[in-house]
Amino acid sequence: MTPSRTAFAAILAKDLRSELRTLQSLPAMALFAITTFVIFRFGLDRTSLSGSLAAGVLWATLLFAAVLGVNRLFVAEREEGGFDAIRLAPIDRSVLFGAKVAALLVYLVALELVAVPIFAIFFLDDAAGLAPLVAILLLTNLGLATTGTLISSMAVNSRARDLLVPLVLLPLAVPLMIAATGATEHLLALGGPSYDRFGTWLAVLGLYDLIFGLVGYAVFDFLLED
Amino acid sequence: MYGKGLKPLSIATVAMLTLSLSLVFFYAPLDADQGFVQKIFYLHVPLAIVALLGFVAGGVFAVLHLRTDDRKWDAWSYVAIHISVIFGVAVLITGAIWAKASWGHWWVWDEPTLVSFLIVFLLYATYYPFRYAIEDRDRQARYASVFAVTAGAFVPLNFMAVRMAESLVHPRTFATAEGGMPGEMMLTFLCSLVAMGLLWTTLVKFELTAKSASGQVKRLRRALDAPVSGGSSRIAPEVG
Repeated sequence: MTPSRTAFAAILAKDLRSELRTLQSLPAMALFAITTFVIFRFGLDRTSLSGSLAAGVLWATLLFAAVLGVNRLFVAEREEGGFDAIRLAPIDRSVLFGAKVAALLVYLVALELVAVPIFAIFFLDDAAGLAPLVAILLLTNLGLATTGTLISSMAVNSRARDLLVPLVLLPLAVPLMIAATGATEHLLALGGPSYDRFGTWLAVLGLYDLIFGLVGYAVFDFLLED
Repeated sequence: MYGKGLKPLSIATVAMLTLSLSLVFFYAPLDADQGFVQKIFYLHVPLAIVALLGFVAGGVFAVLHLRTDDRKWDAWSYVAIHISVIFGVAVLITGAIWAKASWGHWWVWDEPTLVSFLIVFLLYATYYPFRYAIEDRDRQARYASVFAVTAGAFVPLNFMAVRMAESLVHPRTFATAEGGMPGEMMLTFLCSLVAMGLLWTTLVKFELTAKSASGQVKRLRRALDAPVSGGSSRIAPEVG
């Protein structure tokens, strides 16, 4: 039995290397996010945003961009026979879940490193709220990564895979979005950030991450059986 | 074999529904603020409670399916979710009627229970396209169970998040439901709840019986080597 840590590192490194070489997901996600900002600028007819409007635009864009990455997460495994290889390998199957969550987490952080500064340049008058926003971004990313990996691994084995991910992931992400926008709204408020119920929202995000992390870990084995 | 006990159960359901409806219309007092329209409460709230419990039951059956690998539990899980989704449609419609009558709008966004229910309903509505999309039967059953478990964990979490998003200035009509309700209303409500629970159980049993019968017919046809006419049972699990 290969130790789980070695297997985890190997799968994660494989994913990141193949993404770096093929650039299948990340550029598309970033471009999608930037274009969506432009659409919001004209759709809302606003050149600067604050408060709940800023939070809504930011999170709706990040969520839809994340869906693009989630869609492609297991495509290589499916098309190149990676699932069979994992099944044959003497490793604990939940390692694949962990490694894929980590890979998706890296994609989401990379997306936000591009999209959030551009959002700030486009719409924000005052960037003081961005520093505490990092905590919310990280916790929300973790939640999106766990549910996204779970849904993606199922959708990729179905007929309608590109359709299933947004269909199932969006309702599942609603509590995440409620908490993330609830906290972001006050951070990006006009006249400087305020921390109204900031800790509570962080706790909700953490609870979501914990629950779906455990659920994913518990059920992922069944998705790999054949 | 699923038909066993179906007749007494159906009779009990009809009797209980009749009793609860007569209590609603002839026994329960009129609400002082809302008048007659408040009586939809005895339909709406029990439906919602039973639908939510049905979703959770679907998750529990799914866990049993994953643990025992017995296809019977997948059928139970599928049927439980199926009937609960139908109840869910009724909940949303009765909720909208009630909101229109008591607040003047068909939809009220600051009623957290209604909004949470909509989100849960939307999630479970994706159960069907999700199941349809997977062709292999064993895999379909397994994935559907994973979906049911995940969604079952989602239900309480979602209710918590939506409730917290409220600014808590909205008057909660039933914030004191247990404490503030007069005895007659409480009795009527409990009767309606039992009636809806029985209705759900009966419908689940009927659906399972029908599935089991059509599965048996299919197997017999296959044994006779006759062409099986495909159709509505395509997504439905065969029950052994």
